[in-house]
Amino acid sequence: MNQEDPQLYDYWPYQNRPKIEWPNGAKIAFWVAPNIEFYELDPPENPHRKPWPQATPAVGGYSIRDYGNRVGHQRQMRLLDKYGIRGSISLSTAICDHHPEIIELCAERDWEFFSHGIYNTRYTYGLSEDQEREMIQDSVDTIEKHTGKKPAGYLAPALSHSDHTIDLFAEAGGTYTCDLFHDDQPTPVKVRSGKKFVSIPYSLEMNDTIAYVVNKIEPRRYGQIIKDNFDQLYVEGEESGTVMCVPTHNYQVSCPHRLRAFEEALEYITGHPDVWVTTGREIADYFIEHYYDTATEDIQSRKQA
Amino acid sequence: MTLDKKFLEYPQRQYGMDHRRYDWSMLSERPKVEWPNGKKLALWVNVCLQFFPINQQGKPFKVPGGMTMPYPDLRHYTLRDYGNRVGVFRFLKLFDKYNIKPTFTINTRLAERNQYLLDVIKERGDEIACHGLHMDALHYGGQNIDEERELIKKALGSLRELSGQDISGWLSPARSESENTPDLLAEQGIEYFSDWVNDDMPYSFNTKHGDLIAMPLSNELEDKFILMNNLHSENSYVEQICDAHDFLLEETNTHGGRILALNLHPWMLGQPHRIRKLEAVLDYITAQADTWSTTGHDLAKAFQ
Repeated sequence: MNQEDPQLYDYWPYQNRPKIEWPNGAKIAFWVAPNIEFYELDPPENPHRKPWPQATPAVGGYSIRDYGNRVGHQRQMRLLDKYGIRGSISLSTAICDHHPEIIELCAERDWEFFSHGIYNTRYTYGLSEDQEREMIQDSVDTIEKHTGKKPAGYLAPALSHSDHTIDLFAEAGGTYTCDLFHDDQPTPVKVRSGKKFVSIPYSLEMNDTIAYVVNKIEPRRYGQIIKDNFDQLYVEGEESGTVMCVPTHNYQVSCPHRLRAFEEALEYITGHPDVWVTTGREIADYFIEHYYDTATEDIQSRKQA
Repeated sequence: MTLDKKFLEYPQRQYGMDHRRYDWSMLSERPKVEWPNGKKLALWVNVCLQFFPINQQGKPFKVPGGMTMPYPDLRHYTLRDYGNRVGVFRFLKLFDKYNIKPTFTINTRLAERNQYLLDVIKERGDEIACHGLHMDALHYGGQNIDEERELIKKALGSLRELSGQDISGWLSPARSESENTPDLLAEQGIEYFSDWVNDDMPYSFNTKHGDLIAMPLSNELEDKFILMNNLHSENSYVEQICDAHDFLLEETNTHGGRILALNLHPWMLGQPHRIRKLEAVLDYITAQADTWSTTGHDLAKAFQ
């Protein structure tokens, strides 16, 4: 029976929370999450969601996504290198098999790899709990096999979820999810195993594909809203540390007409003092170590009041 | 709830692509390309000259930009026809002013119906490429192969005869293909096609009848995509093209020759309130000494 709320967290108002201070007195934790994805040309059709709007071959949809892998990632990588940013990769783990060269380039830079499922054309919808566990475990094992390290984070493939998704990922050894958009700070997430597990803000508003494909905004406006988002979270971060994420897809932001505005935004953000330029895993680890218990107590005390 | 076990099987999970059409390759790792005369950036202006029949069948989908109203949809038919009567002549003036060497990618049915326009282009000596039979004659997944072969034969045969040109280039209507389209194009003498948008440089595309060159004709930078799909302003169109130009030109300094490909529709940019935006773009780009304006055909040859 489906419930009226996802039962993952309690209401926790933004006012008067215990203060978060990021390392070295930083006010804001800033991270960039490149999605490195593989879309199949001819996947099995899921009864709950169609991968492509037309019969195979979906030349337009497939080929623009392939642009990200052939052209885009390396362009964005040059920019992230220039501004001292390590990417936190949301990885379709089949990329380890298809395009290991990309994995090597990211690993050389000590970027973080987190799981984004196997393919972005294989949805969670309709999978049994066992099937979903198998898919998640496959993705975790693949990352460990190719990078030597288990992933800490999860973003469900194509943002397709079940009621078990977050529990299953926590049981596979994960510590954070990018699937929830309810806050600008890390928050504890309830999982059935009872382990310490958190949500790290991964913004859909700052997501280039949402901006460009869904909201259809202009490239320079995208650069501007990133700066505006930063300005506000930077000011608020003085009161208590905030998190800002820019999730990207290099078939969107790394097109020639879009990179300039994106670069200006990165230059602007990294030009500020007291910005912790970091990765999703580092934010999760730091929060769990220093603030998870305080946050949980505060949430409980407010519930009782 | 359980899905069939095929949902957890991945038969194509292996090195390279999940199909055999082209090899996996990262642009940044390829040898540098040098354009003729030491030019850095090739400008490929491709003009789509289109015929949208008013008795549109919409099989298997209604072509974007086509008829949307009950028959007879005079508004869309005539808005598109405007490009071939008025808009294209505004384009020609600008091309002459800025020494642009365009490719005209034409629906064969338009060439058959509009001898005057075809003669104007022939007289100019510009490249003519094939844009399929017409905008409602779509290629699509699951299409009968013999039917599609006939469609391509009809489109290419008639255009070759009318234009007197070999016709080596192809752009499918709506960039839509069947699984056989590249094979059939190669079989019928096409050398380059521009439907796939996965690269900023040409690459080899395998077919049963030898390789085609897949040419990078950006969809994201198309006038129709920016103005009609994204509903961006005309000024933003200019900014986006100029930003793309600057980015690609800078990339040539470290990575070799690049291509700025502009796909244009005279029914879109040929409108009075937009034509000066195209002029602003061409003025900006051609002011750079490092730019080489050329056709799809010559670019494909130079790449080979």
